[in-house]
Amino acid sequence: MRIDCPHCGPRDRREFSYRGAVLPLPEPGAADEAWFAHVYLRDNPAGPIEEYWQHEGGCRAWLVATRDTISHRIHAVRAAAAR
Amino acid sequence: MRYSLRRVLWEGLRGQSGWKPAWREPEKRDSYDVVIVGGGGHGLATAYYLAREQGISNVAVLERSRLGLGNVGRNTTIIRSNYLLPGNIPFYEHSLKLWEGLEQEINYNAMVSQRGVLNLFHSDGQRDAFARRGNAMRLAGVDAELLGAAEVKAMAPLLAMENTRFPILGGLLQRRGGTVRHDAVAWGYARAADARGVDILQNCEVTGIRVEGGRAVGVGTTRGPIRAGKIGLACAGRSSQVAAMAGLRLPIESHVLQAFVSEGLKPLIDCVVTFGAGHFYISQSDKGGLVFGGNIDGYNSYAARGNLPLVEEVAEEAMAVMPRLGRLRVLRSWGGIMDMTMDGSPIIDRTPVEGLYLNAGWCYGGFKATPASGWCFAYTIAQGRPHALNAALSLDRFATGALVDEAGTGAQPNHH
Repeated sequence: MRIDCPHCGPRDRREFSYRGAVLPLPEPGAADEAWFAHVYLRDNPAGPIEEYWQHEGGCRAWLVATRDTISHRIHAVRAAAAR
Repeated sequence: MRYSLRRVLWEGLRGQSGWKPAWREPEKRDSYDVVIVGGGGHGLATAYYLAREQGISNVAVLERSRLGLGNVGRNTTIIRSNYLLPGNIPFYEHSLKLWEGLEQEINYNAMVSQRGVLNLFHSDGQRDAFARRGNAMRLAGVDAELLGAAEVKAMAPLLAMENTRFPILGGLLQRRGGTVRHDAVAWGYARAADARGVDILQNCEVTGIRVEGGRAVGVGTTRGPIRAGKIGLACAGRSSQVAAMAGLRLPIESHVLQAFVSEGLKPLIDCVVTFGAGHFYISQSDKGGLVFGGNIDGYNSYAARGNLPLVEEVAEEAMAVMPRLGRLRVLRSWGGIMDMTMDGSPIIDRTPVEGLYLNAGWCYGGFKATPASGWCFAYTIAQGRPHALNAALSLDRFATGALVDEAGTGAQPNHH
């Protein structure tokens, strides 16, 4: 698996660390249920998923990759800061 | 048909002509008291204990392909009960006790071999942690022995005791741990459940769960709809997808775990050894191949195959703990899909949908739990409430905060 870092170009998966699915952050004053769902519940899709990777062994930027969990194919990568 | 030495001799004399299939291929009926989704080890064990312990034999087990092709045949076959937390120890010890009597009970040779599980430690801090774990086990009535370096060396002479970076200072040994032939577990439970009247429906994939007025009343399958009094989900790896059919969102991510087997060798390792400085475990099958594995790959995946960085990591760990394995050829490797929960412990519980029960989240510790998982899940389904043994493995513990976090790494599934 190679991830195409928008800053550094395609790099080996070993250079990246994984955080997990991109989830919308609840408002600071949101109910406990919203925070519980954010911390613990996952859609866990079999197919494309948007997820955070950090290019730890390179530019150290946080990235958002769209990856297929069945084929491991990566469709798109962008900087997380560029949302 | 009862299997025995006399039967083997008798069949030998008459050209092996009397053997029958170990279970039926029944026609699907329209309705069952209990439908179990998932014909893996846990689903088949659940059906067996429903019939044996709970007196419910009007049960169907639905398997989307053929028995034994999922995770029950993809693990590294290790059984043990060397856990730390009060919510886990009694459950896994119950499992080990069921393993000890399983073959006689179901009249099937599952090659249960209590050859010992030896967890190595490599630092003073780790020795303290292992001593604590051993004490927790002994307090719960489980066997555990803390070994020094000399005892470990005598037991497993292949180990690199003097490794500069990860010297082996000793190990925590559970002599009652060991290995079981995993395919035979699926076949044995299937045969035993079938003999008690359970219908095992293969090539029967669940496509929907019918919920009426907040109650699960049946499933849609590729072989047509089935009505059910109660429904139990035992499809770890795919739990999120199946639970979503009933509108549930689970505290689970699916990850891929790889396993490896080497070419066959003469007897080399006579127990299960785990490397404490990383995550590596190895044993030798009766056929001679070394069976070993390490961590999960670390990212969400439904592909039953992993990537090379993890292969490299496992090979490095093998070389650190047993350098002589370096000349060995790996025969094959494969991957299985793990339900990774947010605290690293499984779930056996009711769900917010009435009549729907969940057995999921086995992370990569599901195989050893197979008998107790089936036993407790059968109890939970039949009685409508959890048994004391699985009370801590509840679905709502993530909301209440009563987590069972053995590794203490928090809500980050790829760290468990």
